[in-house]
Amino acid sequence: MANRKKRQGQNEYFFDYSLLFIVLFLLGFGLVMLYSTSSYEAAQKYGSSTYYLMKQLRATILGLAGMMIVANIPYHFWEKFYGFGYLISLVLLALIIPFGYESGGAKRWFRIAGLSIQPSEIAKLCMILFLAVMICKMGKSIRSWKGFAALMLLPMPIVLMVWKITSNLSSAIIILGIAALMVFVASPDYKKFVLLGAAGIAGVALIVFVIVNMANADGLNYRGERVLAWLNPEAYVSDTGYQTLQALYAIGSGGIWGKGLGLSMQKLGFIPEAQNDMIFSIICEELGLFGAVAIMLMFVMLIWRLMVIANNAPDLFGALLVVGVMGHMAIQVILNIAVVTNTIPNTGISLPFISYGGTAVLFQLAEIGLVLNVAKRIQLKEV
Amino acid sequence: MLERGNRTFHRKKITVVFFLCTAILFILFLRLVYLMIAKADYYGGKAVELHERERSIKAARGRIIDCNGQVIADNKTVCTISVIHSQIEDPELVIEVLCRELSLSEEYVRKRVEKYSSIERIRSNVDKEVGDRIREYDLAGVKVDEDYKRYYPYGSLASKVLGFTGSDNQGIIGLEVIYEEYLEGKPGTILTVTDAQGIEVEAAGESRIEPVSGGDLHISMDMNIQSYATQLAYQAMETKEAQSVSIIVMNPQNGELLAMVNVPEFDLNNPYELPEAVSVSANGEELTAEEKQNLLNAMWRNGCINDTYEPGSTFKIITAAAGLESGVVTPASTFSCPGFIVVEDRKIRCHKVGGHGAEDFVLATMNSCNPVFITVGLRMGPEIFYRYFEQFGLLKRTGVDLPGEAGTIMHSLENIGDVELATISFGQSFQITPIQLLTTAASIVNGGKRVTPHFGVKITDTEGNLIETLEYPVEEGIVSEETSATMREILEKVVSEGGGKNAYIEGVRIGGKTATSQTLPRGSGQYIASFIGFAPADDPQVIAIAIINRPQGTYYGGQIAAPIVRQLFENILPYLGIMDYNGDVIEEE
Repeated sequence: MANRKKRQGQNEYFFDYSLLFIVLFLLGFGLVMLYSTSSYEAAQKYGSSTYYLMKQLRATILGLAGMMIVANIPYHFWEKFYGFGYLISLVLLALIIPFGYESGGAKRWFRIAGLSIQPSEIAKLCMILFLAVMICKMGKSIRSWKGFAALMLLPMPIVLMVWKITSNLSSAIIILGIAALMVFVASPDYKKFVLLGAAGIAGVALIVFVIVNMANADGLNYRGERVLAWLNPEAYVSDTGYQTLQALYAIGSGGIWGKGLGLSMQKLGFIPEAQNDMIFSIICEELGLFGAVAIMLMFVMLIWRLMVIANNAPDLFGALLVVGVMGHMAIQVILNIAVVTNTIPNTGISLPFISYGGTAVLFQLAEIGLVLNVAKRIQLKEV
Repeated sequence: MLERGNRTFHRKKITVVFFLCTAILFILFLRLVYLMIAKADYYGGKAVELHERERSIKAARGRIIDCNGQVIADNKTVCTISVIHSQIEDPELVIEVLCRELSLSEEYVRKRVEKYSSIERIRSNVDKEVGDRIREYDLAGVKVDEDYKRYYPYGSLASKVLGFTGSDNQGIIGLEVIYEEYLEGKPGTILTVTDAQGIEVEAAGESRIEPVSGGDLHISMDMNIQSYATQLAYQAMETKEAQSVSIIVMNPQNGELLAMVNVPEFDLNNPYELPEAVSVSANGEELTAEEKQNLLNAMWRNGCINDTYEPGSTFKIITAAAGLESGVVTPASTFSCPGFIVVEDRKIRCHKVGGHGAEDFVLATMNSCNPVFITVGLRMGPEIFYRYFEQFGLLKRTGVDLPGEAGTIMHSLENIGDVELATISFGQSFQITPIQLLTTAASIVNGGKRVTPHFGVKITDTEGNLIETLEYPVEEGIVSEETSATMREILEKVVSEGGGKNAYIEGVRIGGKTATSQTLPRGSGQYIASFIGFAPADDPQVIAIAIINRPQGTYYGGQIAAPIVRQLFENILPYLGIMDYNGDVIEEE
């Protein structure tokens, strides 16, 4: 009896093994590439070629454990924490000012017991939860301009704090992007968003135009310079354009089939900290266009699975949670590849599951855990 | 409240988001295709440029080998010891070992070992054995690089002929310059792949383009003759307290130079070291760089080639040949020498104050009688004499394969009046180089072939396979065979019975002519004594000139220069197989 019941349960409820497999594949592949990319520099700097690998492996194992726990907690459990999560994000970001740990010229981390934690990663997850709850609470009022404006303004304190306090424009853009995508999904019309998108594109174009025309004037800040370096990396090779150009060298030397795993030259200090944001360029160099496309397809599969789960979520809250995660993954992948290929100006965005970064992988896995739990609630018999 | 349904428009929008993302990813895919296919060569090439470091490998310079196969300019492997600061593990040990092995002061080594630089040279030109010993310590951060250095086993012998090479192994003077293109070889390259700090990536390996060694230059110089001639020259220079002594030995039949001595020579292995006597200026102060360079240039100067002088009586060979060839005089022509001759308003004296009295042309040559040669010159007149001057090749350079050959300093034809013609006739009022005089004399006695004096014979590769045989122009018909034969006879008599008797060797037919000329400007009371001799007189196989510059005491060419050539011939003729010395001795007994 008990056995049959159990079998029935398994039949009725869904566990998305495809998603799990994709994530595990990306994690495994990421660790291999991380080792390949970082071992030379790690051996030089720390005397151990596995320095970065071990740190990432620890975070990954911790993250997988976290994912399994989250996957088994009914997602409605998190509902009541939406306000608390928002508050926690604000507090942690504010605490960066006195207690933050500086690395590479930016104050973005806390160091607790040898672990560094990046609050902006926490903020992303909290924002997804917060908006999912808020949208459900607002109901139909979201369709009005007022409701729309309210939803877009709510994430702003967090976005501004991430941008200004941790001087991390990329994370701010990602949080804003997640919010916009969730609101887009929640509201039935397109007009507002097309207008907003057009306005955004026009605004960006105007900024680029102004910066280019100011090119000769002094007083451009470093973001302005990055835009110029984006348009012509070879003219800014000594500073802002250096990383971009080195990434392009790496991508170009990859060709169709790549140099072979482990045989990248650009990782030998030419691309500083290649294991972080620029890891995709090393993938291109070692595995070629073939490998790069394979990875991009894996991410497309990941987004597709998230879409399927969101579409089949038992309720709007679950769907919105999954949409938030989907937006998070999609935006990061797109922006990362766009930066690495110099399609947009250089700004530090990591590649989910693959780039080096403990907090990021921990919270990304937590998000996947959340999605897996939403997936579990999908009732197969209804479909 | 939160249990509201997941509506259709939500699903639609989620799908829109998915396709939007996929579309953007597709655009990025196209961007990747562009970068990795269309731009692959461009960026890939740039990356390779960035990763590769090119190091050149010096090519071994070709050797210079004498006619007996003796290597006279060789390459020695030397080492350069340097330290790489960032790789040193035990600085104290490194300092201690380098101090001991290189005999350097601790302070000197410590300064370089502790200096923060990418690579610091401790010492170059270290013997290979010392370099090998240092390498055996296997010290981290100590680099021993092998390199070639030019090495001259004979030291100062033929220094001004061979020349030497500079720090980049390029010829600076002498044969090293003239045959640079054959000797230099082609440097190779090592392409190494390095990381961003410039550290070589071992796994990437290195591609090498092997250097091509330079060709070996085989020259006609015979180091045995060169070395004996050098001894004689030093002997004469010391006994006569002369400023310098030059000796050239040549094969008159083909222009191959067997020896060329200019003492004082200098040490080819230390070409920048001035002799102690001149290394401080007159007032005892340190030399300025310019003064030092001038002194070095003077020390390196090859007097036989680079300097001209008034040949004096040795030039009578040429006047005689021109006179005979033009027909204004025959060996039997008779003259009378009263001890002087009046040309226009000048009275030109013979060296014998009382005059030689009645004499035929042969006797006049034996006596080196000035009035007779002036008469011969005047009989020809400026045009004819000048034409022979030109025909004998005196107006152009000999084309010897040594750098910086000086040209002849001569009146132009329209400026030659009788007085000038008279002085030219006995070898004054114009200047030529010793090599020019020797070559012209050789052409007159060898049957009328104007040969090109030269050292270079052939170029071979390191294994001795012929690469190129060097050829030199020969101009036939400078004088007729008949005139040449007459000249040989007359000049043989000069040695056997005339002014050149100090060059006479029992049992050998030697021809020659002496000269005693004044150094220019005239009136300093300084002389140049010289002698040209050749043997065997009937079929010259070797011709030599000895020039003593500013001898003290006796300064007559016949008395001080002729004996040098005699001693030289006494030694080299049997050696060259021209004279069976022992056979002659036995016959005498």
